Amino acid sequence: MQLKSRHLLGLEGVCQEDITLILDTAESFKKVLDRPIPKVPTLRGKTVANLFFEPSTRTRFSFELAEKRLSADSVNFSKVGSSVAKGETLKDTARNIEAMKINFVVMRHSAPGAPHFLSQCLDSVVINAGDGAHEHPTQALLDMMTLRNCFQSLKGLKVVIVGDIEHSRVARSNIYGLLTMGANVGVCGPATLIPREIKALGVTVYPGIEEAMKEADVLNVLRIQLERQKEALFPSLREYRNLFGITRERLDRVNRRITIMHPGPINRGVELDSDVADGDYSVILSQVTNGVAVRMAVLYLLDGGRQKLEGDDHGN
Amino acid sequence: MAIKIEQVKSVLLKNARVVDPQVKLDQITDILIEKDIIRKIGPVREFKGKTVDCKNKIVIPGMMDMHVHLREPGEEHKETVITGCHAAAAGGFTELACMPNTKPPIDCRSDVEFIKERAENHLVNVHPIAAVTIGQAGEQLTEMGDMIEAGAAGFSDDGKPVLTAALMRRALEYATMLGKPVIDHCEDLSLSESGVMHEGKISAVLGMPSIPSIAEEIIVARDLLIAEYTEGLLHLAHISTAGAVRLIREAKSRGVRVTAETCPHYLVLTDEAVRGFNTLTKMNPPLRSENDQKMLIRGLKDGTIDTIATDHAPHAIEDKECEFQVAAFGIIGLETAFGLIWTHLVEKKLLTLEELILKMSVHPRQILQLPENKIESGAPANLTLVDPDIMWTVDNTAFESKSKNMPFQDWKLKGKTFGVINRGKMILTV
Ligand SMILES: [Zn+2]
Repeated sequence: MQLKSRHLLGLEGVCQEDITLILDTAESFKKVLDRPIPKVPTLRGKTVANLFFEPSTRTRFSFELAEKRLSADSVNFSKVGSSVAKGETLKDTARNIEAMKINFVVMRHSAPGAPHFLSQCLDSVVINAGDGAHEHPTQALLDMMTLRNCFQSLKGLKVVIVGDIEHSRVARSNIYGLLTMGANVGVCGPATLIPREIKALGVTVYPGIEEAMKEADVLNVLRIQLERQKEALFPSLREYRNLFGITRERLDRVNRRITIMHPGPINRGVELDSDVADGDYSVILSQVTNGVAVRMAVLYLLDGGRQKLEGDDHGN
Repeated sequence: MAIKIEQVKSVLLKNARVVDPQVKLDQITDILIEKDIIRKIGPVREFKGKTVDCKNKIVIPGMMDMHVHLREPGEEHKETVITGCHAAAAGGFTELACMPNTKPPIDCRSDVEFIKERAENHLVNVHPIAAVTIGQAGEQLTEMGDMIEAGAAGFSDDGKPVLTAALMRRALEYATMLGKPVIDHCEDLSLSESGVMHEGKISAVLGMPSIPSIAEEIIVARDLLIAEYTEGLLHLAHISTAGAVRLIREAKSRGVRVTAETCPHYLVLTDEAVRGFNTLTKMNPPLRSENDQKMLIRGLKDGTIDTIATDHAPHAIEDKECEFQVAAFGIIGLETAFGLIWTHLVEKKLLTLEELILKMSVHPRQILQLPENKIESGAPANLTLVDPDIMWTVDNTAFESKSKNMPFQDWKLKGKTFGVINRGKMILTV
């Protein structure tokens, strides 16, 4: 039980077997999380550094929890806003980490490719927790795990990602992962927020939300960022909601079940209405639960996947 | 490899294939040089002085690179006038023009004199390009007349575009009055914004902020219109897109006095090379698509693109050993240009030897209104010696340049220059 790559930098190029292995392993860890003492000694003695160069509550929290559940020691470093400005270089930061004998580095960074660069300077295992608009592999893995729980298989499933595709690492990782698993992927959002050559990635582009909803089994709704308004990429949140918001009326008009996902945090009443986010078709909270299990699986497998999982019940 | 400059009393280039399309010369013969003059082109039997065996080698008019960043003054840790000249000589260039975006920019007579003085005793002739505007700030014109007297060969705010259409109009009118071109770096800054690579499939894959080809083309179109209107001498630096080639071709067909350059990296690499986030593939303009590359080569072939210049842009290691977005733009090119063009264009029959000579030796001098450089008896000996068959591996640890930033490390190339002769001096590099 081992992954083909030493690091998890993204899902582009990760094969079906490896994704399946991660998702299957995550299911076992999900069972661990349901135990009275939801903890295993799998990574005892291992140290994880969580480097967050960008604000993040959810992802960091989820990783930290996964590390604790695996009995790893973790240290946190967050240095927001300093990454692109001059200061200590990422290389120097990396060297310092190396000197502290750390086994895993979990990194969130605003620059695409920053974890790839880090993996070239370090002996430690690097896990990408989001690099700019490039990838956020564990998010896509937890999304796929959630979908596998709802549907028999990802094969042939029609998933449409809605919103700011241009600036979304969640979108890219989902596109790579889902396509590898045999799903059909569509994107839908304001033309200003859809990369010009996105079709080359193998996705369908839906110009309007109604067309997208006609065909989708799943809508993965992205958070729309307020700053984009200032960059003249869309006129207002009001107009965004009018054109692309997932509302109860829109869902009712489709007259068939569409599973609703959102990576969080939600702008309620903008990209997603509250009664949809909290409604029957929403799997948003399962996504959060699965996030911890997926991150445990990734850490475990990148550690070599040597320890036995089943019956590993003694906790501590 | 430490470069050794020899003084030439007299030297004989024996059994060389001597090629110069300017005088319709292509024959295997000897060249006798005394001091800085070609004394004889033809068989020389008895000769006692230094002889360079040029059997199976080619002698061409000394090459010129009209787009080099020497970084002096201000960033001497990256390159100096002297190390840049050494690198040029090692790459087969006998002349170069250097861009004014130093710190401070070359924008007055004493700055131009400073560069000239630094290069005074070198084999390589250095022609400073001076700023169009004071401090390259895009506001006030520099004292172009004064700087031409001191040796400025043209004007550019390279690093960025001449900021406004109005400024470009005045700059072209004024510089053309003095007989020198304005060289523009074509980039609409509102479109390129924070982009770091070409906008296309690869930028969509990598989620990287990108620079669309229209950022270049809009300024090319603007400049062409102004050049036509003012009848100005316009030169467009580092052209990288198919659309720009089309616009220039169209303008030339209507008689607009425009010349254009491209760089070796646009001819041998595409944005595919950016996958993996190698910062050595980051330059401005960025590596473009395969179609752009095809059209650049077609433009070279049909005369739309007049010259190949390196845009030699030295940077320190720490400027490149970082996140792609943070890394400096630009790569060095003086010591790989000839090998890349020979291997990837001449050997593949996309460019002939004569065309290479025109693009890399003849045209740069014409564009900058410098004296021509012909291989004929009585003319100054300004020559590049070429070994067309040698197989070599690019190794930046052996470079003369102070900087090492380029993506061609370990590339296997065929064809290399092995010497240059100019100003009564000779450098042999093997
Ligand atoms: Zn430039």
